[in-house]
Amino acid sequence: MNAWEKVNMARGADRPTSQFYISAIFDSFVELHGDRNFRDDQAIIGGIGLLNGRAVTIIAQEKGINLQEKSLRNFGAVHPEGYRKSLRLMKQAEKFGRPIVCFVDTQGAYCGVGAEERGQGEAIARNLAEMMQLKVPVISIILGEGGSGGALAIAVANKVFMLENAVYSILSPEGFASILWKDSKRAEEAAEAMKITASDLFELGIIDEILPEPKGGAQNASSEMAERIKEKLENELNHLSRKSEDWLQKHRYKRFRKF
Amino acid sequence: MLKEIMEKKKVQVKKGKNNRKMPKVDIPADMFTKCPGCGKGVYRKDVESAKKTCPNCGKLFRMSAVERIALIADEGTYVPFKNDIKHADPLGFPEYEAKLSKAAAASGLPEAVVSGKCEISGEKAIICVMESKFMMGSMGSVVGEILTSAIEEATERRHPVIIFTASGGARMQEGMVSLMQMAKVSGALAKHNEAGLLYITVLTDPTTGGVTASFASLGDIILAEKGALVGFAGRRVIEQTIRQKLPENFQSAEFLLERGFIDAIVDRDNQKEMLAKLLKMHK
Repeated sequence: MNAWEKVNMARGADRPTSQFYISAIFDSFVELHGDRNFRDDQAIIGGIGLLNGRAVTIIAQEKGINLQEKSLRNFGAVHPEGYRKSLRLMKQAEKFGRPIVCFVDTQGAYCGVGAEERGQGEAIARNLAEMMQLKVPVISIILGEGGSGGALAIAVANKVFMLENAVYSILSPEGFASILWKDSKRAEEAAEAMKITASDLFELGIIDEILPEPKGGAQNASSEMAERIKEKLENELNHLSRKSEDWLQKHRYKRFRKF
Repeated sequence: MLKEIMEKKKVQVKKGKNNRKMPKVDIPADMFTKCPGCGKGVYRKDVESAKKTCPNCGKLFRMSAVERIALIADEGTYVPFKNDIKHADPLGFPEYEAKLSKAAAASGLPEAVVSGKCEISGEKAIICVMESKFMMGSMGSVVGEILTSAIEEATERRHPVIIFTASGGARMQEGMVSLMQMAKVSGALAKHNEAGLLYITVLTDPTTGGVTASFASLGDIILAEKGALVGFAGRRVIEQTIRQKLPENFQSAEFLLERGFIDAIVDRDNQKEMLAKLLKMHK
């Protein structure tokens, strides 16, 4: 598959989204809503679940699966209050010593009037700075689309994993082509040039590991994919949970300092 | 976003009928300049002597990093940090190198930000100033590195940091490596913050995209210049998303002040004094 085909797969209507993985991987999930300031942004699902008995805070971008739900969830495009909800739950996790697992799947932070009025830039910036200092393990997994700062705002993690056919980019290929070549129709060409696939990003050191997908993509055997993610999370959390707060902070800082 | 800002720079001189009748006079090409605010031709000399302000409408012209340091730092106190500037080209992007050389020629600087230590009315500070003439101040790995090193230096020496922002955002030509700079610089600021040290940002025209969504928004105190464009998403992108025209002052410094995202708008005449005052208060 070339990069553009992966973009299309990552955006595909049949690609399993965060809510599927949450229910398949975690037991007793309790969803926690709201940023305590403005509203509950449903483009982000947040809450606590058990991973084989271990309490974990989960932050997940969710695009929705049918038209009605997609509209409710703003197609996974997060508003500032979504990032603020994430940060609230992450600080809560830190208070109670829970590891944090983030699922990334967004075209990007929402570009709208309300988002600007309520400080989209500030909300993302705050997450980047605060996540860097968290005293608990943080793991982020790019499930589908990792769209720019809107994805990074929940991906300042100790470990960043990526599904084999997911993409993670500085901007959508359409936007990139439009800015650099003044022609959004050259998106396919842009996708190739931008190095946005899991294998390209692994080579650049942007991600730590690629999670292989079942033949033909995660949608063909979604339970198998969920099982693979679960196993990976268990292994990593077993490892990271033994580390000190100081080690976790320094490890995360170094991970991003190298770029 | 970048595209929009670039396009604003194009100045078109209309050839009206009246111009043809004018007798030919030898005017040095750089004697006049067109104000980006009111569109009137103004004496360049007048603009320069008024700290790059239009004498007609008061619009602020963009300042270069060198001019800014001259405005803010006490004379002879600015000492630039030595930075090993090695450009990475992680995407092997066509003509990126040529673009960098062109930007260096246009701005007279090796990259889109400068950093150093200085004194402001006798108060020590580490200062970083972005340069919009260098690829619209976009942030790639070198910009991220210059900023991060300066902030780390400040944390180590227990100095305050002042950053003047001017940027279209993350640099597209370096792809995801540029995006990672947002986390890198923000992380360095988080440590500086944890050490109880002061960080002041001054937002100048334009401050957008990945710079707004990282260090520009993290100041303990955030100042801005009047009329500066400050926002996350590009105006055109938002208009396409919502299928509506946006009001004129949307994403201006004034808009941000009203919405509670900046502390104050400060004139160029008062910027140095204000920074000195704040530095003194945090000694």
